[in-house]
Amino acid sequence: MSLTAVDTTTRLPDLSAVPAVDEVGVNERVARFQSRSIKTASKIEALKLVLSMIDLTTLEGQDTPGKVRQLCQKAIHLHDALPDLPHVAAVCVYPTMVGVAREALAGRDINIASVATAFPSGQAPLSVKLEDTRMAVAAGANEIDMVISRGEFLAGHHGRVFDEIVAIKEACGDAHLKVILETGELGTLDRVRKASVLAMHAGADFIKTSTGKIQPAATMQVTLVMLQAIRDYYYDTGRMVGMKPAGGISSAKLAVHYLVMLRETLGNAWMTPDWFRFGASSLANDVLMQLQKQKTGVYQSPDYFSKD
Amino acid sequence: MAQKSGSKRLSVAKTYKIYIDGKFPRTESGRYFALEDSKGGVIANVCRSSRKDFRNAVVAARKAQPGWAKASAYLRGQVLYRVAEMLEGRRDQFIAELVLQGVGQRAAEKEVDLSIDRLIYFAGWADKYQQVFSAVNPVSSSHFNFSILEPTGVVSMLAPNDSGLLGLVSNVAPTIVGGNTCIVLASEKLPLCAVSFAEVLHASDVPGGVVNILTGHRSELTGQFASHMDVNAIIYCDADRKTAQSLQHAAADNIKRVVSRTRTDWFKSSAQHPYLIRDTQEVKTTWHPIGV
Repeated sequence: MSLTAVDTTTRLPDLSAVPAVDEVGVNERVARFQSRSIKTASKIEALKLVLSMIDLTTLEGQDTPGKVRQLCQKAIHLHDALPDLPHVAAVCVYPTMVGVAREALAGRDINIASVATAFPSGQAPLSVKLEDTRMAVAAGANEIDMVISRGEFLAGHHGRVFDEIVAIKEACGDAHLKVILETGELGTLDRVRKASVLAMHAGADFIKTSTGKIQPAATMQVTLVMLQAIRDYYYDTGRMVGMKPAGGISSAKLAVHYLVMLRETLGNAWMTPDWFRFGASSLANDVLMQLQKQKTGVYQSPDYFSKD
Repeated sequence: MAQKSGSKRLSVAKTYKIYIDGKFPRTESGRYFALEDSKGGVIANVCRSSRKDFRNAVVAARKAQPGWAKASAYLRGQVLYRVAEMLEGRRDQFIAELVLQGVGQRAAEKEVDLSIDRLIYFAGWADKYQQVFSAVNPVSSSHFNFSILEPTGVVSMLAPNDSGLLGLVSNVAPTIVGGNTCIVLASEKLPLCAVSFAEVLHASDVPGGVVNILTGHRSELTGQFASHMDVNAIIYCDADRKTAQSLQHAAADNIKRVVSRTRTDWFKSSAQHPYLIRDTQEVKTTWHPIGV
C-alpha cells in the first residue's frame, strides 16, 4: 500500500495482504511492558490519566434507570475526598438508558456511549441494527459501540462485515463509532489483525476488543496486535484511529501496563481520552484506592469508596 | 538442613518461601535475610516480605473470607482436625526444625505435641462456641431478641516472637475456626516452622487465602499490619509500650478491633480457652417482633 490518495473509507482492502502475527513475539513484547519500573510521581500521573480514559460501563439485563443515574453520579463525583481528580471520559449504557444518562449528565463534559447493533451477539438483520443505532443517536448518544457480525467474519464474508460497518457509520452521523471485534470469538491473533484492518478501512473511529460478555475479554496480547494495526494504518493513510480495550481490566496496575504499551507502540499522540479508552466497571475504584494510598500511605479498602 | 558429615551426597536445602492465597511465592521484593544459629552459622535464607506482599495477602484473605465464613461450623471443625492430623504426620520434621533453630529436644517435642493438641481443642469448639456465646435476651417489649456471633472478617496477626510453632498455632486456630481469614507475620527469631506449617495447611483442606503466612522484619511490617484499611482486626502478642501505642493509633483509622495477647505463656493450659475465638467475633443482635 502507498501513501497516495486512496479513498480508504469505502473500499475493502485485500485482507490476504495483512501481515501475519508472530504470537511468540507478541507474548515476549507484552511481558516486557509489564516489567517497567514506574516511580511514584509518574505513577500518580498515570493513574489520573487512566481515570480520564475510563468509559464507566453498565451493560446488564438488570439495569434500571436508578442504576444508570447512580453510575452517572459516580462519573461526576468519582471520589470527592480527593481533590484535582479528572472525570471519566464517558458512561457506556444500553440504547434504552441513553435518555436517562443524558438527563443525569446534563451540562457535564462527559460523553454518553451507547452499545448498539444487537449488542452483544450482533445476530440481527441489518435494518434492525441500523434502527438500533439511529435510536441511540437520537436519544443523545455521542458515541456508538457497535459489534461486528463475528459469524459472517468467521464464515469469510468479509465484504458483508465491511458493508455493515460502513452503513452503521453513516447511521451514526456525528457520533463517534467504536467497532467491537469481540476478539475472544475470533480465535487467533491473525484474525484479530485482519478484523482490525477491515474495521478501520470501513471508517471506525475506534476499534474495541470486546463486549465484556465473552471470556477471554481484553488481553494485552490482542490489544498489542490491534495497536500495531492502528500504527500501520496510520502510516498508510495518515488517519488516527482510537483504541478501547474492554472487559477484564480491573486493577490499576494492569491499566498502567496498558498505558506503557500504548506509549511504546503508538506514542504520546494517543495518550489522551480522545484516542484511548478503557471499558471497565470496577477499574475506577481500584485506581481511586491506589491514588488514596499514594496520598495517605495507607492501603485502602473498597468499603470506603462509593459503588458504581 | 545441615549436611551430615561423612556423607557423600549433597543434601538438598529447602527454600523457605511465603504463603499467599494457597500458593508459595517468593517475596515480591526479592529480599532475604539469613537465619543464624547461636554460633553465627547460616541455617536458612528466609524471605524478607515487603508491604506489597502484605497487600497481596490481604486481597487474598478478603476474597476467601465470605466463602470460609459460609462453610458450616462442622466443616470448619473437620478442616482444623485435618490440619492436626497432617501435623501429627510430620511431627519429627517440626521437632528437628525447632531443634535446628536452637530449641532443646525435650522442649521441641513438647511444643509440637501441644500444637497438635491445641488444633484438636479448637477443632472441637468449631460447632460449640456459637451456642455458648449467643443469647436470647430479655427485653421489655414484644420482641424476640437474640444475639449471635459473626466473624470480624480479615485479621492481621503478629505471631509470638519466642514461640515459633505453638504461639502461631494458638493464635491462628481460634481465629480461623470462627470464620475469619488471616495474614500472619511469623516469628522473626523462629520463622522456619511457620513456613512448614503453611505446607501442612496446604496439604489439609484449608482453602487458599484463609491463612496467609509472611516472614520478615517486624520493624518494617508492623505499621502496615495495623493501618491497612481492609483489615478488620489485629492481634499482637509481644509489643513494647511504644509499639503497642503506635499500633493502636494506626488501627483507629478504620476502627480495627485490637487484640493484645502479650505476656501469655502458650505452654500453659490457661492459654487455650474459647474466649480466644470470641476475640475476633462481632455480636449481632436481632429484634424480631412477636405477637402478644
